[in-house]
Amino acid sequence: MRGPEPPDLLDTLSGRVELRIPNRPEWVAVARLTVSAIANRLPFSVEDIEDLKLAIAEACTTVIQAGEGEGTIDIACETSPSELTIHVRDRRPNRTDVFAERSEASGTEGLGVFLIQALMDEVRHTVDAQAGTELVMIKRVGA
Amino acid sequence: MDIKVNVRESSDDAYVVELGGEIDVYTSPKVKDAITELIDQGHYNLVINLEKVRYIDSTGLGVLIGGLKRVREHGGSVNLVCTNPQIKKIFDITGLVKIFGIFDDEVGAQKALA
Repeated sequence: MRGPEPPDLLDTLSGRVELRIPNRPEWVAVARLTVSAIANRLPFSVEDIEDLKLAIAEACTTVIQAGEGEGTIDIACETSPSELTIHVRDRRPNRTDVFAERSEASGTEGLGVFLIQALMDEVRHTVDAQAGTELVMIKRVGA
Repeated sequence: MDIKVNVRESSDDAYVVELGGEIDVYTSPKVKDAITELIDQGHYNLVINLEKVRYIDSTGLGVLIGGLKRVREHGGSVNLVCTNPQIKKIFDITGLVKIFGIFDDEVGAQKALA
């Protein structure tokens, strides 16, 4: 007698999780722990997971430092067997493209975005007047 | 989320700031306050022990850099104690290994201040 079919890896490791946090420092740890838990479902190394925790924290911190308490930070994590894509949307009213500003900043102000770019495999950001500025970060398994 | 800050005087006219937990945008002001207080009191040779720190981000790095800049204005120095490979990696990526003395233990960090 045959047992149940093994689950399709694509089905078990693919998904989307959304999180909305207040734009305040005390909530960054929630984003960090959530991304860590999601990354743990994929075959990332411990070092990769630490990189992801730092990258999501830096993305949230960049928004918070631009205007603490204004609006929310919307985070979406999309998983597949080979990569984790994290969307971080700045929902502050009257926002500017803070990710572009910080990437051009000198000194310690630019450190956060610099770290994101150094630790992730792919980083891009888009500006939408209605939806807000979005940073997209991709980490690939085994890259 | 937690951060522990313990300040103590060492034997060689230096102060040790022992940190534990996570240093991020929420907790780094507490670290900044401790370092600022020491500098305001005229203590310009500091060892910052990161051995019990599990996590540090750019705001934490910014606090350390700010402290180093201030003590250097008075001819002082900041040495770090760090053994966590992930945290060492962050200092490496950012190039901060070139501006901080980074040691495996407090004894080495204190000797290098002298």
